[in-house]
Amino acid sequence: MWDYTPTVKEHFLNPRNVGDIPDADAVGEVGSLACGDALKLYLKLDDDKDKIVDAKFQTFGCASAIASSSALTEMVKGKTLDEALAISNQDIAEFLGGLPEEKMHCSVMGQEALEVAIAKYRGHEVKPHDHDHDHGPAYPDQEGTIVCKCFGITDVFLKKVIETNKLTTAEQVTHFTKAGGGCGGCIPRIKELIAEVMGKQESEEPRKRPEKLSNMKKMQMIQEVLERDIRPLLWADGGDLELIDIDGPKVQVAFRKACAGCSSSGFTSRVVEQKLRDLVAEDIVVEEVAA
Amino acid sequence: MKEIYLDNNATTKVDEAVFEEMRPYFCELYGNPSSMHFFGGQVQQKVDEARKRVAALLGASPDEIIFTACGTESDNAAIRSALEVFPEKRHVITSRVEHPAVLTQCRNLTQKGYRVTEIGVDSEGRLDMAELKAAVDADTAIVSLMYANNETGVIFPIEEAAAIVKAKGALFHTDAVQAVGKVPINLAASKIDLLSLSGHKLHAPKGIGVLYLRRGTPFRPFMVGGHQEKSRRAGTENAAAIIALGKACELAGQNMAIENSQVKALRDRLQTELMARIPHARINGGAAERLPNTVNIAFEFVEGEAILLLLNELGICASSGSACTSGSLEPSHVLRAMGVPFTCAHGSIRFSLSRYTTAGEIDTVIRELPPIIAHLRQMSPFGREFLKKQ
Ligand SMILES: Cc1ncc(COP(=O)(O)O)c(C=O)c1O
Ligand code: FES
Repeated sequence: MWDYTPTVKEHFLNPRNVGDIPDADAVGEVGSLACGDALKLYLKLDDDKDKIVDAKFQTFGCASAIASSSALTEMVKGKTLDEALAISNQDIAEFLGGLPEEKMHCSVMGQEALEVAIAKYRGHEVKPHDHDHDHGPAYPDQEGTIVCKCFGITDVFLKKVIETNKLTTAEQVTHFTKAGGGCGGCIPRIKELIAEVMGKQESEEPRKRPEKLSNMKKMQMIQEVLERDIRPLLWADGGDLELIDIDGPKVQVAFRKACAGCSSSGFTSRVVEQKLRDLVAEDIVVEEVAA
Repeated sequence: MKEIYLDNNATTKVDEAVFEEMRPYFCELYGNPSSMHFFGGQVQQKVDEARKRVAALLGASPDEIIFTACGTESDNAAIRSALEVFPEKRHVITSRVEHPAVLTQCRNLTQKGYRVTEIGVDSEGRLDMAELKAAVDADTAIVSLMYANNETGVIFPIEEAAAIVKAKGALFHTDAVQAVGKVPINLAASKIDLLSLSGHKLHAPKGIGVLYLRRGTPFRPFMVGGHQEKSRRAGTENAAAIIALGKACELAGQNMAIENSQVKALRDRLQTELMARIPHARINGGAAERLPNTVNIAFEFVEGEAILLLLNELGICASSGSACTSGSLEPSHVLRAMGVPFTCAHGSIRFSLSRYTTAGEIDTVIRELPPIIAHLRQMSPFGREFLKKQ
């Protein structure tokens, strides 16, 4: 069964603003027949060329793609271009009362079409890039190099989506962008990108260590930090770790694959320790044990 | 809302007579068929009767019938057995359009060092017989090819394929889950070694299957344990479901003519009328020999899930090979193997009828579907371009 919210269904059954605007100021086109969904967005501006007075769309795609497009056109009307640019794919999904995670790429497509339309209107050169995949690029105006050949998705675009949606797993990235959902050949690279984005976020806005923690909470946080912050970094190098035990301040981990037994793993456990000290508690000691 | 159920290749309604046949075997006649006492013995007799009924539908003898838990189990058991019987043979052949019950298993075998050849199909879904002939060699343990395709209904020339395979000394298995009850099968005059069928596709309950094993064919069981099914499939028999399947097979034999006259006429009418009323549509596998109950139509410029959801609003149940409904992000492997262009593959809808389908239901679909396609095309950038050109 479909698990769409009533709002998604309502917008799918009665889509708002279908059509085109012959004298549109801005037009954004993303997706392709081959990819299975595509959206063409038209925007009409007021005389000052600042506020969006009308928006129309045409969409090829599933119910949630049509509903996302309909929602987007309703959301942008009356907004200035800058206000419209601040709309994220999460905002579109929220407007619809949520989308099933594996359909989040529909909201991403909407946000992308909006961005392309406004960038083109403002005269930004959006240059198509070379690619050698099966069917046309999903987002022909994306910068960067293609990571996912099956769906024509670039690294720049992936990083943006990973960052704005705080994605932590390759599976989530597939749900949000489709990348990785075809042959799967690009999944290692997607994991690298997740690790890169996470590393960057750390340096930009350091998370605060909490003042006082119950034991339960502490164990939970340790697990979270390992899952979210550390394992993706190890995956990028083909490695992994497993949490073996937590005993007071002592955290036992086992390294696997590329990390296990390699000379740098001592260094790696120090990195893990530092991260846990920064984010959870100052007295944490990480011990490496055999798997 | 009353449903219009046109998804019989996914599963079928249990025939009332089948249900009546199985009903006593839950609360009253619940004995274990293996027991020595009369109470189990009477169940054993009904299980034996069911075995005869299944055998009769297939032109087999009762001792060639092994009851399993589903079509998937039968497929798995057939292929695994062949690999154990011929440990020195390291090659398996199947087709690119098999059901996942076969294809997943074969693809997993490549990781275990087996050579797996997937025979291709042409644009109409017909098996490449020349490729098959060239692929079978002395190293081939088993060839598994489906009798009829669940998505398109395309029927493979299974007897011809079996003859090619047997000439090279390999075992031949066919997944006949979609074919049994719709096309006549006579295993007495056949070269097929193993055949799978599934109860819920022919008006018996879900969770009961059969593996046909030709007498004299070497076999290693998939499930080991007790002596049930002559030690070829251990585990206490699902007696009620077996009895139901026996009845369903008896009825399938009687209704085979209806499948090929009444059901086929309704299917033909559905496809003819839809093709006449909807431009830029094509029947996937339309030029091939097909099951009498199945039609798979590609509508250009629109996406299948959107079509299905609009049909669903009207109570019409169908299915789609589109990416959004296949649980992956790419259109069905069957349509891709046929080289159906991406412009069509995303908008493919399968209607599968049964002997319960009525003319009135078909009329409703013929009336309701064209405006749905027109509505979605008018919303689609590609559809609009095409409408403009008209
Ligand atoms: C061709 C084919 N093979 C195998 C199966 C699996 O049968 P079951 O659902 O009984 O496991 C199906 C049903 O979906 C099928 O259509
Ligand atoms: S390259 Fe990304 S899924 Fe194939």
